[in-house]
Amino acid sequence: MSVGLVVVSHSAQLAAGVVELAAQMAPDVSLFPAGGMDDGGLGTSLEKVMTALGLADTGNGAVVLTDLGSAVMTAESALEFLGNPENMRLADAPLVEGAVAAAVAAQSGACLDVVCKAAETALNPVRGAADGAPVAGSEESDGKVAAVLTLINPMGLHARPAAALAGQLGAMDVDIEINGVDGQSVMMLMTLGAAQGTELVVSATGPDAQQAVDLVRAEVEAGFGEL
Amino acid sequence: MANNAALDAAWAIDWLRRSAAVVAENRVHLIELDRAIGDADHGENLDRGFSAILEKLDAELPATPGAAFKLAAMTLMSKVGGAAGPLYGTAYLRAATAVGDAASLDSATLATALAAARDGVVARGKAAVGDKTMIDAWTPAVDAAASAAADGAGPAVVLDAAATAAEAGAVSTDPLVAHKGRASYLGERAIGHRDPGAVSSAMILRAAAQAAEASS
Repeated sequence: MSVGLVVVSHSAQLAAGVVELAAQMAPDVSLFPAGGMDDGGLGTSLEKVMTALGLADTGNGAVVLTDLGSAVMTAESALEFLGNPENMRLADAPLVEGAVAAAVAAQSGACLDVVCKAAETALNPVRGAADGAPVAGSEESDGKVAAVLTLINPMGLHARPAAALAGQLGAMDVDIEINGVDGQSVMMLMTLGAAQGTELVVSATGPDAQQAVDLVRAEVEAGFGEL
Repeated sequence: MANNAALDAAWAIDWLRRSAAVVAENRVHLIELDRAIGDADHGENLDRGFSAILEKLDAELPATPGAAFKLAAMTLMSKVGGAAGPLYGTAYLRAATAVGDAASLDSATLATALAAARDGVVARGKAAVGDKTMIDAWTPAVDAAASAAADGAGPAVVLDAAATAAEAGAVSTDPLVAHKGRASYLGERAIGHRDPGAVSSAMILRAAAQAAEASS
């Protein structure tokens, strides 16, 4: 089971369209639209949002994405009505990009925090400052674990492996950068456009740093299971 | 003294019915106010929301004031559609939380509930006094209610003071430039127009006072 998503829009068609788009990249994720009024007109409905939240949360929580102004207020109100449960989040994210990024992260099994973060960083993936000197091999200095790995699978680091990596790394207590971007963000990994033969400079700190780098190494060397 | 009678579920239900009536009567007036500085839907949206409340009250009468407020909150948030839905809905929801399961409300509880309602609108809409919004009616109303309750006034007097302050607060929005909502796009062109949300807030608080007067 994955984190579920609710798409709140003033328009029923827009909400349904965003769900359709996101579902294409996340076939196993519970995605529910909450668009328009009960009578089909433009607006947002608390009942629709609450119903969608109930359906989307299959045990691992749900992230809510919204379009404009009062959709945000209606989503906040729905969460307040439910007692602001810890396993439900309102993402401060652009609707389309955020929904797609969150859906891909959820599909990869990422936890609630990571799915929400994927949505919120969808539009502006902030690149890290780690494009500097790569560290050869795998060694520890100042608690940093690093590795340089070469992509061997024909498709490189495309959406599915990016989501798999970000999802698994997202569950770890680690700060990890891959070619200068946040390894826990699926959208940022995808922005690398890393093709077959690309070198990945991996650098991690934190309690799970070694485990995280080992995971990336194992996935890359296995060609993300695509060989 | 009859005027000091605490207000019960029957008052809360009467308040909602009177609110629905005054909103329906002023539907066109609110639409016109909103057309000047917004998107002309405030009257229609509120009327739809309060009409839906009437339908729910016809089906089942809430047993406590808190239950009536919660019914109003849920219905307005579901049926209004525009920003007024979650704003008024949150006001009623916070009021419901503030009064809990109490069978009747005394002056102090009423003042507390009004403050909680106002705080909910602020939390949801992020507006302050002077932004040309509902808050310009609500905050003077809350202050007047607290002051009247502290002076030992009965519930009907507390609500009358709140409504009177809200009406003055609505008038005070005339010369303001809007800082929230669609009216904020108009800049100085909003000057000279009364904020429809502040007007409807004053109407609804007046309905609360009239219901209290009728029940005492």
